[in-house]
Amino acid sequence: MPLSGPEATVYAVLAPFAAAVIAPLMVRLFKHNAAWPLALVPAFVFLHFAGFVGAIAHGETFTPSLDWAPTYGVTLSFYLDGLSTLFALLISGIGTFIILYSGGYLKGHPHHGRFFSFMFMFMGSMLGLVTADNLITLFVFWELTSITSFLLIGFDHLRRASRRAALQALVVTGGGGLALLAGFLLIMSLTGEANMSALLAGEDILRQSPAYAAVLILVLGGAFTKSAQFPFHFWLANAMEAPTPVSAYLHSATMVKAGVYLLMRMQPVLGDTLLWTTILPLFGGVTLIFGTLLAVRQTDLKLMLAYTTVASLGLLVMLTGTSLDKAIEGAALYLLAHSLFKGALFMVAGTVDHEAGTRDITRLGGLRGAMPITFAAACLASLSMAGLPPFIGFIAKEYLYEGIWEAPSGALALTATAVIGNALMLVIAAAVALRPFTGQKADTPKHAHEGPILLYAGPVVLSVTGLVAALVAHTTGEYFVGPTVSSIIGRFEEINLHLVPTHIGAPLYLSVATIVLGVLLYLRLDALRAMMANTLTAIGWGPDKGFDQAISAIVRLATAVTRFVQAGKLQVYMVMTFIITALALLVPTYLAGAWPQNFSVPQFRFYEWAILVIAVAGLIAVLIAKTRLTAIVSLGIQGFAVAVIFMLFGAPDLSFTQFMVETLSVVILALVMTRLNLTPRDHRKLGDQLFDGAIAIAVGFGFATVLMRITELPFDPRLSVFFSEYANAIAHGRNIVNVILVDFRGIDTLGEISVVMVTGLAVLALIRVRPKRRPLETGEDTGPAKTEEPKELEAAK
Amino acid sequence: MRTVIFRTIAPYLSALMVLFSVFVLLRGHNAPGGGFIGGLIAASAFAIFGIACGVAAVRRAIIFHPMALSAFGLFIAGLSGLPSLFLRQPFMTSQWWYIHAFGVEIPLSTPLIFDIGVYFVVVGAISSIALALEERESD
Repeated sequence: MPLSGPEATVYAVLAPFAAAVIAPLMVRLFKHNAAWPLALVPAFVFLHFAGFVGAIAHGETFTPSLDWAPTYGVTLSFYLDGLSTLFALLISGIGTFIILYSGGYLKGHPHHGRFFSFMFMFMGSMLGLVTADNLITLFVFWELTSITSFLLIGFDHLRRASRRAALQALVVTGGGGLALLAGFLLIMSLTGEANMSALLAGEDILRQSPAYAAVLILVLGGAFTKSAQFPFHFWLANAMEAPTPVSAYLHSATMVKAGVYLLMRMQPVLGDTLLWTTILPLFGGVTLIFGTLLAVRQTDLKLMLAYTTVASLGLLVMLTGTSLDKAIEGAALYLLAHSLFKGALFMVAGTVDHEAGTRDITRLGGLRGAMPITFAAACLASLSMAGLPPFIGFIAKEYLYEGIWEAPSGALALTATAVIGNALMLVIAAAVALRPFTGQKADTPKHAHEGPILLYAGPVVLSVTGLVAALVAHTTGEYFVGPTVSSIIGRFEEINLHLVPTHIGAPLYLSVATIVLGVLLYLRLDALRAMMANTLTAIGWGPDKGFDQAISAIVRLATAVTRFVQAGKLQVYMVMTFIITALALLVPTYLAGAWPQNFSVPQFRFYEWAILVIAVAGLIAVLIAKTRLTAIVSLGIQGFAVAVIFMLFGAPDLSFTQFMVETLSVVILALVMTRLNLTPRDHRKLGDQLFDGAIAIAVGFGFATVLMRITELPFDPRLSVFFSEYANAIAHGRNIVNVILVDFRGIDTLGEISVVMVTGLAVLALIRVRPKRRPLETGEDTGPAKTEEPKELEAAK
Repeated sequence: MRTVIFRTIAPYLSALMVLFSVFVLLRGHNAPGGGFIGGLIAASAFAIFGIACGVAAVRRAIIFHPMALSAFGLFIAGLSGLPSLFLRQPFMTSQWWYIHAFGVEIPLSTPLIFDIGVYFVVVGAISSIALALEERESD
């Protein structure tokens, strides 16, 4: 495959995975400076995708592909259009600076290399997600981002809160991923297409289908959990347990947008229906308002930013949900703007935390002198977030207001939601940029000073990009926003962006209203926060608590089921096993009426009769045996008699094996019996004995009837003829049984001996488990027993 | 159980049984026998030896942990399927070599190696269970 052009996309997606492999080595060699060479990987990926921008702006798309699992029709195919290229550029571009930032942020961390590995694995998965053409490939990358996100949130795995947050994120996003898989499979069966490109180019099947609602709800299940829409927003706030580079990258700029990406991607085939334009704006709007209100309540810089991220995702979902061209233009612009300013602000928050030792805004202040560059970057990014000119955030706000103001239905509700949301967003932007840096110099846990270039490179570049993108608005529109919008609305559309509004109209008035409202609210921030805190305390319950309750309910249910199914008494297991065996034998025979037809006494020779009599005598001995040991040995009599019968009727191999098995099972049973400290005699009550006896008779009767019936059927000799003809001819053996075992059906035997070995291991482990009340054991056996006990205790809880 | 007669005879009996098990294993392809039966015979030999002379003596005699024997068996059984792959035949297609030594033709084959693997798996698994149980009996 060529190293450039669309075909090289597979390398671009795989490159971060390769970087993940070498990252630990690089860190060992260059310490934190490994960030510099490592950042080249995403930089090259960025250049690769940047190469398509020109062609895509003229309406071209690329679908390079590679067979992955051809048997199942799964191809490693990519689909490059405006939307996926914009995402890929954001992932690789922001990724470059995040890698640099990670180098500075985790400097000296003992697991720095591992952190880079996880980051690169995530980057590769995310690139795969946004460029995948095949639905199954997309799903695989989707789940990979959930898993890498789990690893990154739980990176500080010694802290309980991190572990909980990681697990929560995995459960919520992974669960949503399963819904998405179901949705994709449904789409594939409805349309017969497995590729996104074909789906988008094909006929309008999904919206006409009666299963449309099911498809939509399943896809939304995936998108809403991933993009933290209400009521799944809680995991994103808890994910802030992760180191700040992770929050900046995964939980603001890239991964959480995967849900939005999916909605935008599916908009042409699923959107613009009543269901779509109802559910999406509703959930998006609620998430927007709810997210901003929760953000106001926080004092932790990262949590404030996290909740505004939730809100921004809500805004994007709301805009995508309108299915209006203008609103979608706003969404595409806002998507770009948000990734730039939120990534920058998160890194600023991390730098402040890193250098000052806290990120609580009530304990920060007056840092502008100590950290001028960080302050400048924070200001630039915040101005974009607040939606002030001349930043990309401003243009985005203008376009989205214009879009929803002209909405055919619910324009007023949408506009009110957007204005309130944006005003609160401005409040947070101001608080994040001003509170830590202006005012009185506060006493911080660490003596604050400017961070190294690794720390400020990212925020500066991203926030300046937010300004430049607005200054060259025409180019931004032509090359980035236009193609993206074309992908979302499903037809080619040229966008003419202007920084300066071309006419004075509703959007401008709404902007002014937003700013006035925002400034007023900012001045009352502390009162607002106290009010929110009181309200939340009054409610006292949230989805986060609900998650814990749900999880503990599941654990309780699992325990109850386990207790019921696994009673822990061998007798119960045996009784159940034999009852099921008897039913399996007798019920089908009864239903089919396939009872044996001919009862005739066979013509045996006298010694054959003698052996039968011995077998029966053995059984009688079992029944009248006084002690358990006698019963076991007596059972052996019957077994040996059967072995002799095999021998007489021409099955020497079978007989041979039966002899050995019988011998060994008597020996092992006897050993087990002596081990179990059972009373030598059987003390069952008469009722129990009758019940157990009835089960035994039912099983025996079942086997007898089935075997008799089978022997009555005409014998099909094809297999025996085949084996006797070919055993010697092609397998060079005259013992057909052995030839079948080791040659014709060798793979079966391979499986069987694996089972034998695993059984041996399991029995060995069981024998070595000691009762808990006997700690006074010596020798090597105590080791495993000791380690196993805590596990049992945990399981019991 | 540990009578003088039994303890005196058991080593010889066990040795004979092991020898017999190898014989049964090798004749298996053309006459009744094979790895599974051979393995069972050898396992009972070790069980008898263990009952008569103690588990420690058996463990010394077979040198390796019985489970290791089992694993070795599974390993060579799996390995015996590989040569055919190099000849571009499906996994586990049998390969035969006829070697002339001491004036006799000795047929060697991958199924034979496979059968030896089966033998070791059975010997190892069964005797590790039996030995572990016998060991527990004594304490």
